[in-house]
Amino acid sequence: MQPATAWDWSPGKKDIWDLSKHSREAQWHEELYASPDGEKTASIAKYGDEGFGICVNGQAQERLFEKIWNLRFAPDGRLTAIVQEEMDWSVLVDDEVWPEEYAFVWGVQFSQTGGTIAASIQQDGEYGMVVNGEAWPTLYQNANNFVLAKDGSATAAVVQVKNIPQADIWTYKEGCFSVAIDGNAWDTSFMNCWTPVFDAEAKRVACQVRHTLYDYSIVVDGQAWSSTFPSVWDPCFNPATGAVAAPVRMAGKWGMAQDNELIWDAKFFNCWNQQFSADGKNLWAIVAPKFGRWTLAVNGQVWGKTFGTMVTDMTVAPDGKHAAAVGKEGDKYAIIANDTIWVGWYDMVWKPVFSSDSHNVAAKVKRAGDRYTVVINGQVHNEDFDQCWDPVFSPEGTKVMLRVVKDGKYSRIVIPVPSSHH
Amino acid sequence: MTVDTQEKKIIEDPGIDQGAAKLTPEKIAQVINTTLGTENLARLYAYTKTCVHCGLCSDACHYFLSHDRDPKYSPVGKIKNTLWPMIKNKGKVSVEFMKEAARIAHTECNLCRRCVQYCPFGIDTAFMISTVRRIVHKLALTPQYIQDTAHSHAATMNQMWVKEDEWIDALMWQEDEARDEFPDFRIPLDKEGSDVYYSVIGPEPKFRTQLIYQAAAIFHEAGVDFTMPSGTGWDNSDMCMFTGDFEMMGRLKRDHYESAMKLKVNKIVMGECGHAYRSVYDMGNRWLGWREMPVPIIHSIQYFYELLMAGKIKVASTIDKLATFHDPCNTVRGMGLHEMGRAVAKAFVPNMVEMYPNREHNYCCAAGGGVINCGPPHKMTRVHGNKIKAEQLKATGAELIVAPCHNCHGGLEDIVHHYKLDMEIKFLGDIIYEHMVKTKAVEE
Ligand code: SF4
Ligand code: SF4
Repeated sequence: MQPATAWDWSPGKKDIWDLSKHSREAQWHEELYASPDGEKTASIAKYGDEGFGICVNGQAQERLFEKIWNLRFAPDGRLTAIVQEEMDWSVLVDDEVWPEEYAFVWGVQFSQTGGTIAASIQQDGEYGMVVNGEAWPTLYQNANNFVLAKDGSATAAVVQVKNIPQADIWTYKEGCFSVAIDGNAWDTSFMNCWTPVFDAEAKRVACQVRHTLYDYSIVVDGQAWSSTFPSVWDPCFNPATGAVAAPVRMAGKWGMAQDNELIWDAKFFNCWNQQFSADGKNLWAIVAPKFGRWTLAVNGQVWGKTFGTMVTDMTVAPDGKHAAAVGKEGDKYAIIANDTIWVGWYDMVWKPVFSSDSHNVAAKVKRAGDRYTVVINGQVHNEDFDQCWDPVFSPEGTKVMLRVVKDGKYSRIVIPVPSSHH
Repeated sequence: MTVDTQEKKIIEDPGIDQGAAKLTPEKIAQVINTTLGTENLARLYAYTKTCVHCGLCSDACHYFLSHDRDPKYSPVGKIKNTLWPMIKNKGKVSVEFMKEAARIAHTECNLCRRCVQYCPFGIDTAFMISTVRRIVHKLALTPQYIQDTAHSHAATMNQMWVKEDEWIDALMWQEDEARDEFPDFRIPLDKEGSDVYYSVIGPEPKFRTQLIYQAAAIFHEAGVDFTMPSGTGWDNSDMCMFTGDFEMMGRLKRDHYESAMKLKVNKIVMGECGHAYRSVYDMGNRWLGWREMPVPIIHSIQYFYELLMAGKIKVASTIDKLATFHDPCNTVRGMGLHEMGRAVAKAFVPNMVEMYPNREHNYCCAAGGGVINCGPPHKMTRVHGNKIKAEQLKATGAELIVAPCHNCHGGLEDIVHHYKLDMEIKFLGDIIYEHMVKTKAVEE
């Protein structure tokens, strides 16, 4: 696939294919996905007893498998799926299956550009990861919380390093879990580890741990913060300074700690999903300033507009100064961007997307039960669709590509960005 | 070591006993005073000051009724032997006292909330016993088996140590099996934007995969647009809520709700489990700061009822047996689903007879509240503690019990077996699957 600058950004609608037209009749199609550039859709087809195949724009690929699932386009446009042949599993990338097979494969992940593809594996009852077709040198009796660094240069997971006999609550308490990076576990182990995360260079790893049933903390490269808390949430690295920030619970409320120091007072009913801006200057998070009221906070400053049911899907703009999220009140969803709740309540709203210049925000929405469209800078697109994928901004941010299904046809529509409301 | 008064034999629980070996009176006092001083102080204070020791709650409790009205099994008696001395003595209680308090709180109260309805002041004994369990947790005195379950929750985000691949494999296996019956049957994984996210409890992929098959078959027949997640969050159960590990309870509920939010579903439909329901609509969500459920959760009882009323599932044949309906505490006293449950059961088993008392007054199965999860050492405590349920069941003359809750199944099976009742127990999912119209199945 070409880089986004070379995609077809000329305004207008392009019908790509008629969903009823397939080069081979199938019992059914599942997992229909559109490619990042909008030029292709792919689906998994079931061909009776012969098995499963992949169909791209209605064109059936020849190779069939016993089972296919998790069909996804990588950010670079390569088409991937988890496939089974003779009871063993592997990953299909475009036309090639990775040569090694495993007893089970799941959890495919992509690096930011899509250059690296990783997955979770189980082989002979042992667990680990496979990266671009190569498995970790060491596998473990159990592993979870698998993660691939954004740049694709490293992988990590929580691994079980000590056996726990059945119902042996004492061995468990000694600490049987650690974090393995590219298959190599830290020397230290903990009662529990959760959500390992890489720094910007994929050189350091932080995670949540529980030392005892009551003492939670953050561990960075195997070293725990000296403070413990009644609970913590997922840490993240400041991409500019390398500092580690994590929500911490104190006396029944939540605050934000950074490198073992409290930086936001513990005054929130909750505080999570924090994220640094790319320049590291702003720290954003979803917070509950009161019980049952939700909004965003930046550097500890809470937005004025709140939602009663929840706030989710926070997106920080590339400039780090703006953010948007999805809020819910009762059973209706809305978009909040820069502390303004956009007009319009929907049955569902997908994670907002910013243009690269940070001036525009768009999100996929569902309304009237099962009709889909997009909202761009607060304005609802004037057409509904049977199905649609997240909107994609052109690299300079003046156009938006919609990937949609309507009346049985998959199309790619490019429209100019309506003027910004914020 | 503790004494079971019915059997007059010593019940050992290494979780309690080994935890107690490490305790000092100072540690006990510190934990009690900190917990009582910082968590729900006003509510506890109001309850302890309001209770007039009238004993009107006694007749509500199945343990009391099953032990010849022995006052120490009454709700107020249990508080008298656990929480009150802790408060009165400002935390200065002995290690032996705490062992006994752990045993009472974990194995002689199901947190069923029946007694709450009978107290003239609405005192919530279950809440107070839950506070005792919280103290027991902080003192590491939790019974071994339920602590192991809590450990599994923390390590795997499910209660049965199910590994990530085992979960997906169980779903694919059921999908494969079901295609013999329904050729175009699917259990769609991670299908974003589905109407329904179906969640279950840990034992289903481990021991009771047929329940997943059945539920998916019902959805398939009804044309429900549903999905199940391939990652964690699928287990809606929560034994940490019952061990008093509320921090872990919150972590589990976050995982559950976030996995549904990620898939952008309209709602979560949960399988036939009672306690999990309590954890998502009352305890876990609120610990996280959500006043209500951030994603609506509909219990299977209600969902099956809606499908039936909408004509999406139809009755093909009925069961020609005398049946009775067991009301699970958390779906009935908690959420008032008793009439919906009866309507579904009656559609398939017309010949229904009521237990007395019933609906929100029904006796607990004695397995709930985490009691069954305390494992084999305490099995007879709950079986002897629910003689009244056996009598209640026997009086119906029914051959079949319809019980839409996992824990209730476990508890009732033990009661049926011990008291030789010769009754069959079924989930709503069992009777619907076996007797619904299957328009999409292959001809037999
Ligand atoms: S078992 Fe039920 S009725 Fe008995 S004390 Fe506990 S909550 Fe009350
Ligand atoms: S009925 Fe209420 S007031 Fe009376 S003993 Fe029981 S809890 Fe106390």
